Amino acid sequence: MAILSSIRTQLDLELRLETRNKFSLYAILLYVSGTVFICYLSFLGSLNPATWNALFWIILLFSAIQASSKSFLNQSRGNFIYQYSQISPQALIIAKTLYNIGLMLLVAFSGLLFFTLFLSNPVQDHLLYLISILLGSMGFASILSMVSAIASRSGNNLGLMSVLSFPLLLPLLLTCIRLSKNAMDGLDWSVSYKFLIVLLALNTITWVLSYLLFPYLWRE
Amino acid sequence: MSFISNIKKISKPAEKTILGLVWWKWLTIILLFYSVIQGFLGPVPALPILHETIRNLYFHVTMWFAMMILLTAALVFSILYLANSNPKNDIYASEAVNVGLLFGTLGLVTGSIWAKFTWGAYWVNDAKLNGAAIGMLVYLAYAILRNSMDEEQKRARISAVYNILAYTMFMVFIMVMPRLVDSLHPGNGGNPGFGKYDLDRNMRMVFYPAVIGFTLLGVWLLQILVRIRFYKQKQLIKNFK
Repeated sequence: MAILSSIRTQLDLELRLETRNKFSLYAILLYVSGTVFICYLSFLGSLNPATWNALFWIILLFSAIQASSKSFLNQSRGNFIYQYSQISPQALIIAKTLYNIGLMLLVAFSGLLFFTLFLSNPVQDHLLYLISILLGSMGFASILSMVSAIASRSGNNLGLMSVLSFPLLLPLLLTCIRLSKNAMDGLDWSVSYKFLIVLLALNTITWVLSYLLFPYLWRE
Repeated sequence: MSFISNIKKISKPAEKTILGLVWWKWLTIILLFYSVIQGFLGPVPALPILHETIRNLYFHVTMWFAMMILLTAALVFSILYLANSNPKNDIYASEAVNVGLLFGTLGLVTGSIWAKFTWGAYWVNDAKLNGAAIGMLVYLAYAILRNSMDEEQKRARISAVYNILAYTMFMVFIMVMPRLVDSLHPGNGGNPGFGKYDLDRNMRMVFYPAVIGFTLLGVWLLQILVRIRFYKQKQLIKNFK
């Protein structure tokens, strides 16, 4: 399979670039921890579970946008042409999405860790909460990879990134908040099945759309 | 240059007119007059809480219908653009979104006024209302994205891609989300809904013509906006020469 090997090459490249410029990874982690600490100081410890949950997802949303906005950012003209000639657009978007999923999971779990450290952890059903974080991160990553490609192709990345991604991310975000609220209250899984199905469906739709639409973005 | 030359090729088919207007424009005028007059004066079932505000069905719901039809048309034009790169499709798609946004705004305003008299507030935190607001946000973002680019072909392609994404998420938001949670909006969770009034023959006789009338009005608006765009392109070519 040619596409699999080029995905692996691309992923390898991304990882190598990331380990070479460690600062951007640390910057994201610092962003997450800094935001959590600001919340800890602002709320003065009085945080009910519903607010905790909403806050967690909002911080995750902003960190995700921050982390993924550079997916297609440092792309010089020559770099673009080289990549264009080397790798098929489908392989490229799959690799970018997979890489972003990894990044989102890192952001989400470090966020959860900082939340637990500073603001305690009122979650009752840990497994379901982790599943909601997993599905949410995957959805964030796939939508944001696509939006980041759109924003970078349009030429003004940072200004457009959040404007374009907020409305697209909202269905995902709201479903995640509802599902994780159920997990937090320790409700029976049968109440949450519909949210799980919607999350899976949203993920699938986004993957299919990115796979089909990215080739149109990826040409001059 | 291919963009401009493609525009040039668009020929104007000869249309038969009645008193200066094509038949479907006369149909629009007649249907709209009929639905507005019948909508305000016609008989409606006397229901508790709703009372006369039920007449909003003829305006609010029809606005949303017209908006959905126009946004779906915009989606189709965007897909067509990606398929054949004809700039005509891009102009149609962007103007269909603009007209859709106009109808969406009207739908929000009529709904908001209705909510004030029925629920007591202009806005309540409800899945359907939020879905409508998000829909507006998505398409406003589309407009911003379009305006942020100058190069025509690139703008057309990128905004077509965003339009397809936006439409999908918008559909998820207004079709799926309200079914996941309880909603106060008519048609949800045991509230008297559209289906119930649908049984009333008098209302149906006004509602469907109103839907067709407002949709045709949208198409009319779309045609005017597209013609303005084509005219501007032609002027551009003239000045270029």
